[in-house]
Amino acid sequence: MIITKKKPIEEVMASLEGVKKVGIVGCGSCATACETGGATQVEELKKYLEEKGFEVVGTVIPDECCQKLLVKKEVKVFKDNQPEAIVCMSCGNGVQTVGLNVNIPVYPSSDTLFLGMGERVGKFVENCRLCGQCVLASTGAVCPITKCAKSLVNGPCGGQKNGKCEVNPDNDCAWILIHDKLKELGQLDKLKEQKPDKGYSAVYYPRRYSAKEDN
Amino acid sequence: MSELQKALESGKFAVTAEMAPPKGYVFDEMLETAQLLKGKVHGINVTDMQSACLKASSIGLCIKLKQAGLNPILQMTGRDRSRMAIMGDFLAAAAFGIDSMLALTGDHTVVGDCKESKPVFDLDSVGILQMLTDMEESNKDCGGNDLAEPAPKFYKGASVTPVYDPVFLQINKLRKKVEAGAKYVQTQGIFDIENLKRFMDEVDKANIDVKIMAGIIPLKAAGMAKFMNANVPGIDVPADQIQKLADAAAEGKEKGIKGLPVKVGIELAAEMVAEIKAKNICPGVHIMAIGAEKNVPTILEKAGVDISKE
Repeated sequence: MIITKKKPIEEVMASLEGVKKVGIVGCGSCATACETGGATQVEELKKYLEEKGFEVVGTVIPDECCQKLLVKKEVKVFKDNQPEAIVCMSCGNGVQTVGLNVNIPVYPSSDTLFLGMGERVGKFVENCRLCGQCVLASTGAVCPITKCAKSLVNGPCGGQKNGKCEVNPDNDCAWILIHDKLKELGQLDKLKEQKPDKGYSAVYYPRRYSAKEDN
Repeated sequence: MSELQKALESGKFAVTAEMAPPKGYVFDEMLETAQLLKGKVHGINVTDMQSACLKASSIGLCIKLKQAGLNPILQMTGRDRSRMAIMGDFLAAAAFGIDSMLALTGDHTVVGDCKESKPVFDLDSVGILQMLTDMEESNKDCGGNDLAEPAPKFYKGASVTPVYDPVFLQINKLRKKVEAGAKYVQTQGIFDIENLKRFMDEVDKANIDVKIMAGIIPLKAAGMAKFMNANVPGIDVPADQIQKLADAAAEGKEKGIKGLPVKVGIELAAEMVAEIKAKNICPGVHIMAIGAEKNVPTILEKAGVDISKE
């Protein structure tokens, strides 16, 4: 899922300077799991804004805030109740999807951090950098692009100390994780294969993908 | 052919030293020191912002050294340059007669002194070597376009960390570096000959054909050794060497003599070089004096290494 964290409320309030009527959009998916934009957080923000003298004219929580057509349907409610701005509590992806569907300003209430795994409630770890050419088949399902601070694909640098990364000693060296996992799987030989250089020609932004054209 | 290549390929005991460009643009001190190394070493590695701390570019000091009649080895990391910038620098280096290089992945910017800088890592050490090999073989640039002939040739090197657990990962990466074109490697600083022997055995077992130069770091003080043990990956200074340095410091304090620990460090380094040569453990040494390059001739003299008489 996309991991988000709440922006300081002062930053959200600064975005809303001069605004009196506000709409709020949450997200029933990742932001709900991250407790940044689910029903509870939408309600909390509504209450907070009302206490500060705003008129919250409506709140919606699409199941997924990143589905253009779904969001289009959900935000129709704002055509009637006419907010001057919308606070969107999803990831940046959702904020943009909402922005495409309305002609008033949309402000984010969260910072979008990474694509990650929930380890336990409120604890998340980055697992995928969306590089577009997955190498996990040869690395014991441990991603070197993400888990190695230098995204090294040919093995470790010399920078680990006691299995920990030089960049952040809280992190394990990805290549030691990969080594240990492949050893456990009896697949250590996979490390001996030379990996062709993936290059970056497929990773200029923004990327587009059409499953229909692919099939 | 580079002097280092000639030495290693003809079976002579090869010696390289290492210098860092200044944090500034006045190179005089480095060039003076370099003159002391003339005729004593086969090459001088010029570091590429080691520890990710900003210095003048390696290529600058390499050019100055070349013009002063020395044999610079251009160190190149992937941290700060894309493949285009790396290849461009090598083409420029070749124009100045620089013929040897050493590829490194590079320390991360986070551990350095310009933390806001964007870490690039377009290519790692293996990628840099492979790109140069491809350029030599195909006469094409990193985008597959024709280069004006001839493509420059470099004597290509890399580094390796012998004290590493699991050693399989270092051996495996070393193999990739060699497959990508590395002809020689310089090791992280070695302080225990047994560690070095164990590693050389592993390299033999893996059938990797490359010239391995043992990294030698002359210690300057017990504190330096302890700091490196705690903070520098792959460094393991034995307790008895730390004790010798501490004893020397105590003796110096008592007698009012300065520089005794440095002398001990020089002795220890010289012993290591002499043993490596005498027992034929490695075909050469790489001395990383970390600012005390003027001591390199003394170390070699004490070790009985004179490259002019090889």
